[in-house]
Amino acid sequence: MAHITVTVDGTSYKGEVEPRKLLVHWLREDIGRVGTVVGCDTSNCGACTVLLNGRSVKSCSVLAVQADGCEVTTIQGLSDGSEWHPVQTAFKECHGLQCGYCTPGMVMATVDLLSENPTPSEQEIREGLEGNLCRCTGYHNIVKSVSYAADLMSAGPTKGAK
Amino acid sequence: MTAALDTDTALGKPIRRKEDAHLLHGQTNWTDNIQLPGTVHMAILRSPMAHAKITKLDVSGALKQTGVVAAYGAKELGELNGGVPCVWPVTDDIKMPAFPALAIDKVRQVGDCVAVVLATSVAAAVDALDAIEVSYEALPAVTDMEAALASGSALVHDEIETNACYVYKMPCGDYEASRAKADVVVARRFINQRLIPIFMEPRSVVAAPMGMSDEITIWSSTQIPHVLRVLLALVTGIPENNLRVVAPDVGGGFGGKLQCYREEILVTNLAKKLGRPVKWTETRSENMVATHHGRDQIQDIEIAATKDGKILGLKVTLLANMGAYLQIITPGIPLLGMFMYPAIYKMDSYDFTCTGVFTNKTPTDAYRGAGRPEATYAIERIIDELAAEIGMEPMELRKKNWITHDEFPYTTVAGLTYDTGNYEAATEKALAMFDYDGLRAEQARRRASGDPVQLGIGISTFTEMCGLAPSRTLGALKYVAGGWEHCTVRALPTGKIEVVTGTSPHGQGHETAWSQIASSILGVPVEDIEVIHSDTGRSPYGMDTYGSRSLAVGGQAIKAASERLVEKARVIAAHQLECSATDLEFVNGSFHVKGDPSKSQALGAVAFEAFTAHNLPPGVEPTLQAEATIDPADFSYPHGTHLAALEVDTETGQVKLRKYVCVDDVGIQVNPMIVEGQVHGGVAQGIAQALFEGAEYDEDGNLLTASLADYLIPSAADLPSFDTATTVTPSTTHPLGTKGVGEAGTIASTPAIINGIVDALRHLGVTDVAMPASPQTVWRTIQAAKAGAK
Ligand code: FES
Ligand code: FES
Repeated sequence: MAHITVTVDGTSYKGEVEPRKLLVHWLREDIGRVGTVVGCDTSNCGACTVLLNGRSVKSCSVLAVQADGCEVTTIQGLSDGSEWHPVQTAFKECHGLQCGYCTPGMVMATVDLLSENPTPSEQEIREGLEGNLCRCTGYHNIVKSVSYAADLMSAGPTKGAK
Repeated sequence: MTAALDTDTALGKPIRRKEDAHLLHGQTNWTDNIQLPGTVHMAILRSPMAHAKITKLDVSGALKQTGVVAAYGAKELGELNGGVPCVWPVTDDIKMPAFPALAIDKVRQVGDCVAVVLATSVAAAVDALDAIEVSYEALPAVTDMEAALASGSALVHDEIETNACYVYKMPCGDYEASRAKADVVVARRFINQRLIPIFMEPRSVVAAPMGMSDEITIWSSTQIPHVLRVLLALVTGIPENNLRVVAPDVGGGFGGKLQCYREEILVTNLAKKLGRPVKWTETRSENMVATHHGRDQIQDIEIAATKDGKILGLKVTLLANMGAYLQIITPGIPLLGMFMYPAIYKMDSYDFTCTGVFTNKTPTDAYRGAGRPEATYAIERIIDELAAEIGMEPMELRKKNWITHDEFPYTTVAGLTYDTGNYEAATEKALAMFDYDGLRAEQARRRASGDPVQLGIGISTFTEMCGLAPSRTLGALKYVAGGWEHCTVRALPTGKIEVVTGTSPHGQGHETAWSQIASSILGVPVEDIEVIHSDTGRSPYGMDTYGSRSLAVGGQAIKAASERLVEKARVIAAHQLECSATDLEFVNGSFHVKGDPSKSQALGAVAFEAFTAHNLPPGVEPTLQAEATIDPADFSYPHGTHLAALEVDTETGQVKLRKYVCVDDVGIQVNPMIVEGQVHGGVAQGIAQALFEGAEYDEDGNLLTASLADYLIPSAADLPSFDTATTVTPSTTHPLGTKGVGEAGTIASTPAIINGIVDALRHLGVTDVAMPASPQTVWRTIQAAKAGAK
């Protein structure tokens, strides 16, 4: 067992964890942050994507012990619920989700993509989200959502509020 | 109650979804999120062999491991080893071998369940599997359908002495006479490859005895909580009225969660036996072998026509791979396609034969479209081959043979009566959006210049039957259940509305769309309507969600129940307003006395009167609610025209989808935004079959594509955006005029892609390309055609 301290969505969590435990399982099982989900066991689907110190990672390919001392942002910490993050607003507005299972990962990957490239082309969006699989939408509306989020974010912080 | 919406416009608006807020904030309730005190986790020892005798199985070692509560093989489980049910015995003499949840003495597929361990954590349960002693004696694996039917083949099930599950025939008219009359007969063999559904949320099930009663609650990531409850009662012997099945947030299904899985049976029985919650969530690797697969047919199709392109008859001979066992509707899937091979075309005769074949592979069952994509693929491919054979433009050949809009209702050679359709209108619109003539001109230029990158145009003019289904028809096909749907609408004393539906959404947006339907009738704002679903405790009656049935059938029930509620309210309102019920009109959620605008009563006020019951008219019972259980009059028949432009690099075999245009006619649309989303996702899955996906086995029956690293579902980078549009020809057999849309895109798009690739390469001698049309496959096809031409 290893002792870790991780800040998740603004709250500091301390715990004992088995060294083999994946970050996503620690989030879900140990601290009850079940908004982040698991879609595969080969690091292909991206459903588990979170921000680790501000950059997107697949939380199934990080050990919980590796997150010791880090800051993790999950879909549950992106906004407080009353004020939506522009990416969340855009996904709703553009119908960028159906079942919603890929959505936590898709949204967090988008946040990272837009912080790297605030005005991506369609091709850049498609390539930027290559590591996140969605089986419902055919990606058409996800791509639209990301473009729209980029518009909202470049228009300033207030426009994204909902 | 808040102000009423304009009732004319609630229906048909692209209202943003109610479902999205919780999904976008991670406030979700996936089954795997459920953590009940005292839960034990189940891990499954699965067979690594496709076909073998279990020569030794000893679970006692597992019991000694830390955290382990119990471990069972089939012997230890005894009577609790329930059998997986099949509810569609398609013929009287169908062979229906037993399918025990835990394999008894023999395994028949990689992924068969051999033993289970229950422990206080997932990790402990999985670790303890290593302590189970098991050995196998390999038997020859049956992997090829034709070899399986040859005499002397190894048998998947010894006791039934054959690998043929059934033979189903449907002769319509005299095909041999058509063939004799024909100038041209074109025959092809198409392989409709095996696919894996890959819904993104892996299956998960939790069963918990509820303590204060005999009730066991089962949360399952399923499409069919209502059907599952009945089946679990029959399989486990637990009285149905002690079972409550809940499908919480469900992350996609595509038919893959239309099942009563062995794991659901095991978890339910073990929760009862152990008296504590039992939970199991599959890994993706388990999902690949243990969740049912789809498609997997060998299709021999023959079309007879005159030399000027009049279709006379069609003959279809299928081998349909059942896999190792029959699951819920495994044998019936090809029959759902059976009616659709003649598609939109007029002809004199049609001859259908299907042989179901057992192999040592994962069982097949419903996957998005279920039988109809296979049918549409074969007919739309052979139409292109016939066009090439007689030198006719493929769209012209279609126009010459399709049912024209003034011929509806039209009874097809297969015996279905299509109520409405307008293939001309959808096609005309699609051709214009696509710039068909411009692309044909570019194709001619590239051919003439010998461009290494050739352009192909793929056509698919499809229809399908959905809205499953008229119960009498299902009965005639030997399906053991009905196809009705239920709705209860309640007006609560506070003015809020509850719509209790028997449909069970897993991404389709029913909460939004059903609210729109109820809103349009009750005049209550969409946000004041709550849709209750997917919980047999709260929504006791239903037939769930599959076969593009939820709107087509469930929508009718919502309409009927809402209208009945208004009629009950009218009687109460008339009493309150001291007039006769016939003097009242109901507009925007309020009853008004005709000719006296000062006298009115809102539906919410009526609901409050019905709640207090202080002053109800004689004979009227308290509470304001109404229900409807509707059996559909017929299937619905969406149709459309899909066009694909593909660039095929003849030097590398690389296929690039340049443009995809589709015009779908799904009748009246309740929410066009949701319709469009369904088309996008459906089209993507159909394209995926054409270009990317295929479950591959080796000859020993090992699944080679057993993870998402090996089984390619497309990413955003693999697909273009789609140009979608609709025409609206309302269904005349469905009171809302709706058809169905969940499967249309998947059914339509696969042949459009393959027709396009073949079209790009036909001048090189290519007449077919196997799916998935990977660069390697396309390149080899080109090489073979060139070699053949020499
Ligand atoms: S769970 Fe699939 S990539 Fe992490
Ligand atoms: S919305 Fe269902 S997987 Fe993306």
